Parts: sequence; structure tokens; C-alpha cells
Amino acid sequence: MKQKLDFKIKIHITPKMTLFLATITCVGLMGVTYFSKPSALTVKEAIGAVIVPMQEGINEIGSWFFSLTEKQMKLEEALAENEALKNEVVKLQEELKGYQTDIYRLQELEELFELKNTYQQYETVGATIVSKDPGNWYHKFTINKGSKDGLAVNMNVIADGGLVGIITDVTENFATVRSIISDDSSVSGTTAESLDSCIVEGDLQLLNKGYLKLSYINIDANINNDAEIITSPISDKYLPGLVIGYAKDIKEDSNRTTKSGYLVPKVDFAHLNEVLVITTLKETSDKK
Amino acid sequence: MKRLIVLAIIILSSFLLQTTVLQSIPYLAITPNLLLIVTFSFGFMRGRKEGIYVGFFCGLLMDLFYGDIIGYYTLVYVYVGYINGIVSKYLVTDIVLLPLGLCLFSELFYNTYVYIFGFLLRNRLNVIEYFNKVIMPETVLTIFCTIFVYGILLIINQKLEVSEKKGADKFA
Repeated sequence: MKQKLDFKIKIHITPKMTLFLATITCVGLMGVTYFSKPSALTVKEAIGAVIVPMQEGINEIGSWFFSLTEKQMKLEEALAENEALKNEVVKLQEELKGYQTDIYRLQELEELFELKNTYQQYETVGATIVSKDPGNWYHKFTINKGSKDGLAVNMNVIADGGLVGIITDVTENFATVRSIISDDSSVSGTTAESLDSCIVEGDLQLLNKGYLKLSYINIDANINNDAEIITSPISDKYLPGLVIGYAKDIKEDSNRTTKSGYLVPKVDFAHLNEVLVITTLKETSDKK
Repeated sequence: MKRLIVLAIIILSSFLLQTTVLQSIPYLAITPNLLLIVTFSFGFMRGRKEGIYVGFFCGLLMDLFYGDIIGYYTLVYVYVGYINGIVSKYLVTDIVLLPLGLCLFSELFYNTYVYIFGFLLRNRLNVIEYFNKVIMPETVLTIFCTIFVYGILLIINQKLEVSEKKGADKFA
């Protein structure tokens, strides 16, 4: 009377089912992370703890290797540069004499008007770039400092006295920075002299030339070629007064109400290694 | 199990190389897409399922570190793995030039996806410009890398298959 009940439920998972499951998972994850970003951070933190030190190690080896060829390139550049700079020093020294008298005059006038020092010094934290975006479409990078060092999302990143980008993601040990040359970046800018506003956008098509797009300048605005563009006080994430770069090839748009052109960034993005993070956040009304 | 560990090492080291050393090669503004090579190679050598798994983890790494939302890159890598798995049903792995063709297809597929969802939908309509500046250089460079990377992966896979067969024979 032995009757073996042989229920063998064999679910054969076909590749099509796997594909279906993977697709659902991806779309689901996209939905979840779109609406609640922090949920992904725990995983990111755990993996980052393993991978970031490795990246740092590989960078050391890699940069040593490439520094050999780069040294030769740099030497030739440096020699040419040295010659040009020597000429410029003479020129600048002459100019300096003129400015020195101007400064005294300015100080006197400032005292007269009791102008406060509005251009305050920001607190910064130094950081090293650990890795860069593996794709060629966007330009993000990670740095080796995180919330442990007091960093937070939306903090501005600078280098060589110019704006580099903004922090988009922070975990305990590292942070992701979106640079201003990235195609999805836009910064509202202004000039120090005329206070005319403009928008600085990253543009993949101009990247090879090393330019950014400068647009939405009012037709009457007084932004000329070589004008210094700084971050505008009306920006909601970027601190005011940081240098972005210099205007170039400003032309009237076909709509005859705006002008646009290119912007040569102040920072040399191709040879960026060390950056400074400004730990002051821009105060905005809609803070959560 | 052995395959799992080897795959993990391959994916991880490709990601590490792609984000660090390959970024800083002098004279080179673009980066070859090693993770894509790994994905389509395993999809092609091992079939659809393994293509999906490998693609999933390659894409997930990209997403975790550089994606705005998780799943964006994962989705396209999964499909690259799957489609190359389909190809393997109809074609033999021994043809030398075939991986290069697959690489070309995978690169175009991947870049078209990123262009459509990351750029076209933001009203960046200049397809030809993007093709010349990003898609074409990346594709050429990745195809070039495929010659070496695919060779290495092929050897690794063959060794794995031999040792898996030995293991199976022991229990038979």
C-alpha cells in the first residue's frame, strides 16, 4: 500500500522569464530611487567602502605610470610657457604700480561709505578625486571625503580659484560630484562689473573645444568677450561670487532678444586631481 | 561557485580599471566601455541567462556610483547580455571577427539608449554631432579593446568550463 506521492514541482526558469524579472526589477528600482533617493544610499555605502580604497590604490599605480609620459609633455609646454610668462611679468609689474595707487584710493572710499566686506571667506575641505564616470556621456567624479568629513549634498566644489561643480550624493566615506562641464549641469551666472545675468550650461558638443555654453543674456546686457563670469546671487544652490570662467564669442541670437556665446572655464578639467569643497551651504527659503 | 567568484572578480576589476586608470591615459579623452565588453562576451559565450546576470551586476555598479536613479544603466546592460545570448544560439563562438561585430552592435545599442533617454528627451536633437563626438570614438576604442579583452575572457571561460566538466565527472 505504499504509494509514493511524487509531487515534483519543477519550475523551469527560462531566459525569457529571467529577462522579464530583471526588467521589472530595474523599472521598480528606478521608480523607488526616483521618489526616495536615500533608500539606495545604504547599498551604495556598503559597496563604496570596499571599492573606493581599491580605486585609490589603482590610481596611485596608474598615475605613476602615466606621469612618465606626461612629464615629457609638460616639460615642453613649461618651457614655452616660461618664455611667455617672463614677458608678461614685465608688463604686469608696470600695471601693478598703477593699481597700487588705485587700491589706496578704494580703501579710503570704502571707509567713507562704511562698506562691509560682503565677499566673505568660505570654509573649505580639501579632497582628492578617486574615480571618474566610466561613461562618456556625463562628467561626474567621486572624491575621497564624505559625510564623515562634514560634506553634504549641494555643497559647492572649487579648484584653482574656479567653480568645479556640486555634490549630488554623499555617503559616509565618499561623495559624488557633478562637474559644471557635464551636459546636465546649469549654473546661473553674472558678471562682477555689470551684474547682468546669464546661464552657464555644460554642453557635450562643445566639450572637445573646452567650452561651456553661455546663454540667456539680455540683448542690452553689457557682457563682452573676456568678461569674468561669476556665480549669481539668485542661484539656489551655488554660492555667490565664485568664478566660473570667461565669456567668449558673444553673439546676438536669431530671436533678437537675447545673446549667447561660449564660456571658457577657469578650471582645467582635464588635469583635475585635488579639489576644495566649500562646507558652507547656500541658504534658501525652501530648505527641508 | 568557482564561476561565481571568477565572474565577480572580472566585473569588479573591469569597473575599477574603467573608472581609474583608463580615465587618465594621456591623449585620450574618451574611455573604452570594458563593462559592456564583459557583458556581451558572457552573453555570447554562455547564453542568455548568464548574459542577463552579468549585465545586471555591471549595470548596477554603474548605477550605484554614477547613476542619478538606480536601474537606468542596469536595464540596458541586461538587454545587451540577453540579445547577445540570443545570437549565441545561432552562431558559433569560434569565428574570429564575430566578437567585433557583436561589440559594434552592443555599443550602438547602449549609446542609442543613453542618447534617447538622457539627451533626446531633454531636447538635444543634434544626433550627428553626438554620434561624431561620443558614440563613434567610444565604439572604435571599445572595438579595439575587444580584441584583447574578449581573448582573455574566452580563455578564462574555457578553463572554467573544463574544470566544471571535471567536477561533474567526479559525481557521475
